Amino acid sequence: MTTQHTATPAAPTRTVQIDVHDLNTQVLDRIAAGARFASLYATASRQDEGTRLSAVLVRDGHTTILDADLPTDENTYPSLTAELPAAFWYERQIHDLFGLMPAGHPRLDPLVLPLPAGTKRPRPGSRYAATNRLVPDELALPRRVIGKGMFTIPHGPVRSGVFESVEYLVETPGEDVAHIQVRVYAKHRGIDKRFEALDPVTGILLAERVEGIASIAHALAYAHAVETIAGFTPPPAAGYVRVLHAELERIANHLDVTMRLCDAAGLAVATSRFAWHKERTLRLTGALCDSRFGRGVITPGGIHRLPLIAPETVLTELAAVAKVLTADAELLMTTSSFLDRLRGTGVLDPALAAAHGALGPVGRASGMHDDVRITRPYDAYPQLPLPVPKRHETADALARTRIRFDEIDASIDLVRRSLEALANLTVERPGDLHAPLPAGLDGRALGWVEAPQGELLYALDLADGRIVRCAPRTASFHNLVLFHETFHTDILTDFPFIEASFALSIAGVAN
Amino acid sequence: MPWAIRGLRNGILTTRYPRHPDPYADTFPARVTLQPHTETADTATLPGLCPTGAITTDRDGRLVLDQGACILCGACVRARPDLFAYQLGAETAALDRTALTVPRLPETDQAIAAVREQLDARVKALRRSVHIRHVDAGSDGAEEWEIQALLGPVYDIHRLGIFFTASPRHADILLVTGAGSHGMAAPLRRTLDGMPNPTIVIAAGTDAISGGIIAPSYAVEGGIGGLVPVDVWVPGSPPSPFSLLHAILLALGRLPAHHLNPDAPPGRPR
Repeated sequence: MTTQHTATPAAPTRTVQIDVHDLNTQVLDRIAAGARFASLYATASRQDEGTRLSAVLVRDGHTTILDADLPTDENTYPSLTAELPAAFWYERQIHDLFGLMPAGHPRLDPLVLPLPAGTKRPRPGSRYAATNRLVPDELALPRRVIGKGMFTIPHGPVRSGVFESVEYLVETPGEDVAHIQVRVYAKHRGIDKRFEALDPVTGILLAERVEGIASIAHALAYAHAVETIAGFTPPPAAGYVRVLHAELERIANHLDVTMRLCDAAGLAVATSRFAWHKERTLRLTGALCDSRFGRGVITPGGIHRLPLIAPETVLTELAAVAKVLTADAELLMTTSSFLDRLRGTGVLDPALAAAHGALGPVGRASGMHDDVRITRPYDAYPQLPLPVPKRHETADALARTRIRFDEIDASIDLVRRSLEALANLTVERPGDLHAPLPAGLDGRALGWVEAPQGELLYALDLADGRIVRCAPRTASFHNLVLFHETFHTDILTDFPFIEASFALSIAGVAN
Repeated sequence: MPWAIRGLRNGILTTRYPRHPDPYADTFPARVTLQPHTETADTATLPGLCPTGAITTDRDGRLVLDQGACILCGACVRARPDLFAYQLGAETAALDRTALTVPRLPETDQAIAAVREQLDARVKALRRSVHIRHVDAGSDGAEEWEIQALLGPVYDIHRLGIFFTASPRHADILLVTGAGSHGMAAPLRRTLDGMPNPTIVIAAGTDAISGGIIAPSYAVEGGIGGLVPVDVWVPGSPPSPFSLLHAILLALGRLPAHHLNPDAPPGRPR
């Protein structure tokens, strides 16, 4: 823990206009040069006359957006997926929402919105009314199982236990898991389109509910995008309060994963213990701001209010939680019946993780170390150097668990330091907490944050003080497709461990 | 063995709610309410304060607040602390959708009495252990965390003879979260159809009641009331575990008498 990153402010996002026929070569050249594919999203023009495709690439803390316009009458473009499997789900999502056809896509099944052929799509960005009912059509989904003796076990969308709705189709000859299909459309809520009715200040309320367990991360990524457009930096006190909440959220999320893993291993006491730690963390967040999920704290331009309880109270409670939590974590990581279930389970091949640009703890366990807090720091992170994380690269569920425990330690430290820094700041006027947004904001920006699940991106377009396009890209969406690839040596009973260790939020995938 | 000892280390962590009051439940700012004496306020611009349309005015221009549409963003409390305030206490569930409106309409109390009677007849069969089937109909994921918390040591819902079940065949209560995404309409209906009678349906959270800020959208109903018949409405974004527990116990008629007073302590300005 002695070495620390010294952060430099993030470089501004570069936007490059390219021809749609060069999209493939431009993206692949940059990836060959060391960039990571981070997102692909589309925007329909206001009059619905054309569509713009935007690919986001990240390299050494530099973010580049490649914009390619499709002409009015053109709805086909050369698919990226054939050369870049990481784009697989992105192109399916774009097809569902915009009706665009990626020529050469290997398997263009519906993902978030299965609709009969010929249905008018919501096309975020256009003026097309957002409230016209679009009901998912199961018949638009393919049903196929190929292979001798293979059958499909459908699991979901109503799961066994308290889970979010998602349907897993497990294709199996009996015990091994040959393939898994993930269907998320049941939870599609039309979030992108819903943003378009809101002004930039109200939009944050929807952002907080895109992926409710990471409300702070979403509010921050969204606020960063608005602030980049407005061209201002939040006051210092706001930066520290933001870090404080973001790190408490990370602790709660990682504790949730641990609790689910213990539950899967049948360790009743351990499950209860970590549920208790998680509850205390949520109560601490609640005591700080009246919301157990930190909702209503962040506003574009800063924060709404300072913590409602004294820093000493927070520090005392945090120390108390940290003490029992650390002891339980140590015991858990020596409990052989737990470790045996995680070791070698759900291995994500580092080569695949690198090619895909895997995010968050899932990526870090397989050698992808990009942490936005370090490479593209925001808020108070430049003033709060992070410890260089220990490496756990066995690429299995165990490595992901070790990484999460290390991150909990680092987060506790960050909470402590941001509270100390906050105590040394004078906060007297409302302007010390947030600056009012200028009216009639215009422009386009990308906001980012390291959510508990990994890098979270918000692509935002404002015109005349209204949202015309907002495309959140969660780490859950980016990582979930890797789920297919982690079952090679595993059997059905490993499923809950792998699922928990991925820590996916389906709300953030289906949007 | 080490875990068994670890489990004893911190003593009893479990709340004694509902038999005894719980300070966390009693002080939780679980809803927004109107301050006393709002009649004189100039109400014309107030509905514009609320991003989900929870603030309206009636025919006489008096202020009406729908807690079933409120996502607790606090915009109104920040702008007009003289009119709006957080109300403490997690006991927010109601047996009638209109009972979430402040001020309450006079006919609401009558309606609730009728609903209570009709519900009591149904839950007679559920005197002993009760099983809950949870279904996510398009939630943001936070509601699931709060429901999951009921199974933890702090709330420990099992002590009340209440359990979660994987099969609708064993379920007595359907606990539904989310704004009612179209994709979940059929699975939700099939789950309810698979449950043996009598059944109770709880709409958990503002999204499940009215769609919150997710509605209007091409992909959601704007609440689950149009998909299944709802018996209990529990607001919150998300509802806290104590609010969920209150909803379940309210449905079963298992709240001790001192909990049944709907007029919780007065609000506080923040």
